[in-house]
Amino acid sequence: MLRYIFRRLLTAIPTLFVIVTLAFFLMRVAPGGPFNQERGLSPEIRANLEAQFGLADPLWLQYVHYLGNLLRGNFGPSYNMPDFTVTELFAKGLPISIQLGASALILALLLGSVLGTIAALNQNKLGDYTVIALATAGSTIPTFVIAPIIQLVFGLTWKLLPIGGWGDGALINKIGPVLTLALPQIAIVARLMRGSMIESLRSHHIRTARALGLSDWSVVVKHALRGAVLPIVSFTGPAAAALLTGSIIVETIFSIPGVGRYFVDAALNRDYTLVMGTVVVIAIFTIVFNLIVDVMYAVVDPRVRYD
Amino acid sequence: MLKNMLKATAFATTMALAAGTFYTPAFAEVVYNRGTAAESESVDPHKTSTVYEANVLRDLFQGLVMQDEKANVIPGAAESWTVSDDGTVYTFKLRKDGQWSDGSPVTAEDFVFAFRRLEDPATAAEYASMLYPVKNAEEVNTKKGKPEDMGVKAIDATTLEVTLKAPTPYFLEMLTHQATYPVNKASMDKLGADWIKPGNLVSNGPYTLAEWVPNDHMKLVKNPKFWDAGSVKIDVVNYIPTEDRSSAMKRFEAGELDSYDDLPTEQLADLKAKFGDQIKVGPYLGTYYYAIKTDKKPWDNVELRNAISMAIDRDFIAEKVWQNSMLPGYSMVPPGIEGYTPAMAKYADMSQIDREDAAKKILEKLGYTPEHPLKMEIRYNTSENHKNTAVAIQEQLKPLGVDVTLLNTDTKTHYSFLEQRGDYDVARAAWIADYKDPETFLGISRKASGNNYSVYDSPQYEAAMDKAAAAGGKPEERMKELAAAERVLVDDVGQIPLLYYSYHDIVSPKLHGFVDNVMDVHPSRFISKD
Repeated sequence: MLRYIFRRLLTAIPTLFVIVTLAFFLMRVAPGGPFNQERGLSPEIRANLEAQFGLADPLWLQYVHYLGNLLRGNFGPSYNMPDFTVTELFAKGLPISIQLGASALILALLLGSVLGTIAALNQNKLGDYTVIALATAGSTIPTFVIAPIIQLVFGLTWKLLPIGGWGDGALINKIGPVLTLALPQIAIVARLMRGSMIESLRSHHIRTARALGLSDWSVVVKHALRGAVLPIVSFTGPAAAALLTGSIIVETIFSIPGVGRYFVDAALNRDYTLVMGTVVVIAIFTIVFNLIVDVMYAVVDPRVRYD
Repeated sequence: MLKNMLKATAFATTMALAAGTFYTPAFAEVVYNRGTAAESESVDPHKTSTVYEANVLRDLFQGLVMQDEKANVIPGAAESWTVSDDGTVYTFKLRKDGQWSDGSPVTAEDFVFAFRRLEDPATAAEYASMLYPVKNAEEVNTKKGKPEDMGVKAIDATTLEVTLKAPTPYFLEMLTHQATYPVNKASMDKLGADWIKPGNLVSNGPYTLAEWVPNDHMKLVKNPKFWDAGSVKIDVVNYIPTEDRSSAMKRFEAGELDSYDDLPTEQLADLKAKFGDQIKVGPYLGTYYYAIKTDKKPWDNVELRNAISMAIDRDFIAEKVWQNSMLPGYSMVPPGIEGYTPAMAKYADMSQIDREDAAKKILEKLGYTPEHPLKMEIRYNTSENHKNTAVAIQEQLKPLGVDVTLLNTDTKTHYSFLEQRGDYDVARAAWIADYKDPETFLGISRKASGNNYSVYDSPQYEAAMDKAAAAGGKPEERMKELAAAERVLVDDVGQIPLLYYSYHDIVSPKLHGFVDNVMDVHPSRFISKD
């Protein structure tokens, strides 16, 4: 297994290299640059800015410089927020996005699995219909509708939660954004769990287990759940990468200083270094979480072996 | 017994003192949570360009002059100044009690250093042009001169002499811009790139920078070393960027924000009904206009440009599209600059029906009818309101035989295309005043200006602008010449002014000293909170 993990991590290096290279050149193909704005700059001032940020060099040289800096762990300065380096922006924002994303993910996995299991055990009964209805609503109502509703109901009407802001990480400030992030995921996990649990409950080994006279608890939790959880594991990989790297909508509406907003803002501002930083971070998260999912597969399903 | 009584008394006294300390409001910090629609880019005065950091920097630093609560020029780090008879030499007397937040004195040398740093090409200051009226400043910035040759000199510790290229009556107004604020050389030398970090930043304004978490808050605390600290009522100013305007309204309603510098304009009527006087809307020095490519056929025809401009129903756009958060505009310079009367388009007083009839006649004369329509493309940068404005104009021009197509791109693409003078017909643009003077609006239509997206080139206009510049020493005459220049520009339809901006703030009744003004400038120094 360790050899497998090591091999996978090694193959991630060329993948990352390709991603960085593509992103670097695609970003430069986009029209407009970091210093185009409503108030036009004189050619001399633009030249000063380009010289300062190394944008006056030929593109290939900029690329070589960028790669060299990247290997030293230096993502460069942000063009649009010159008081901060990209690393500093991520150092401040990433832990916040991760806290919210991880909380939402754990909540979604726990609650979604329980709801999905309840639905499967009560197939075609009221409990099932209720879960299905809630899950359908949860996955179809967009985040930008859920978030303002939470703000209105819990913040303005009942005054239980703040409307927005990070509040230096106070628990109460996290509830709204975590709920908003988690709700669609809970719905997805519940639906996945329901389907795979129904399938699992119908499988031969469960029938055998029941025939052997095992208790319902033992059949469901020890035997059915193990097989049913596989689709959830597959789903967790990309969902974790997406959740942990922040959500632009949730962070914007709740004024959360995470990194989710950088993904779009940096691209729109042509903040090349920040865009590249976000690309690298997402790529690393996706690679790592896919690897974790594959490893978990082997842990959960004895038929899967990588050695 | 006595021992017990003593104990009880001591306990009661301690409790009373503790409670007294806890409940004494005199010790409570006054915190102003100031909502802004966008995050600041930098707190280095020489690296900023937007109004968001202008607000922050006005609290952190003090230039030679500053703006009061009505945006009038008042003494800042300089307590007085004199101007030579020819209007080219300004001698500033700095305050003797002016200090940096580290306790060191603010000297004339600090300004010499800051002015040279602004123009140093290595600083790459976007607003280096703010000091271009200073002798040799532009030369330094464009690598044609040496910093020592700049017209800025420290006569002694508290006397600064600034020599201009030519009389520039709006120079003092320019000095209210953040780009001209001083920076502390000693802390830069000591801390290198970290001089800008919260806790390190040495500033000379009413506040110092305590914390900055991008996209969350920037905390400013009162600077006890500020020369007028005694009059500063707010102890802590938290600048809170809240990009989502609807969320900002909820945060305001919940008391999380005491003020916010923008509004979701599409909800303006409802907001006014809900918040009443807390909504502040008024004229702001900014013009929303369409650049029209005057060097391209058929737009090189002034009659055609005039017909298009005339046919646009600005009242409808201001009322329906912008919910009265903008005002109909007929001149490049918006009203609100003292001593200046903008030159309005001649059809401004005509009824809309008459205008459309006149426009139709011109278009027919030029051969454009609904059967043989004129093709016109409007480019605009992404925004719901820019789109709605363009759609309204598309509908308004259709009956006149103008076939309007729309092209939307993101802001960077839009302005990069305009700067490169790409192939466009009409393009959305805007100009917000950097300082209170007509020159800031008229300068963009000069032939050499990088912002002249219309590629407007009129010798008559250039001559009128030169004449205004030459009348620098005589303010009244200068204003007349500028108005004459604007008359040429408006008659030529060098640009199509559509709307004047208005500021839109929401302000809690708890705040005092947040005074309406055309620059939408509200220094925290003059604000107090109940």
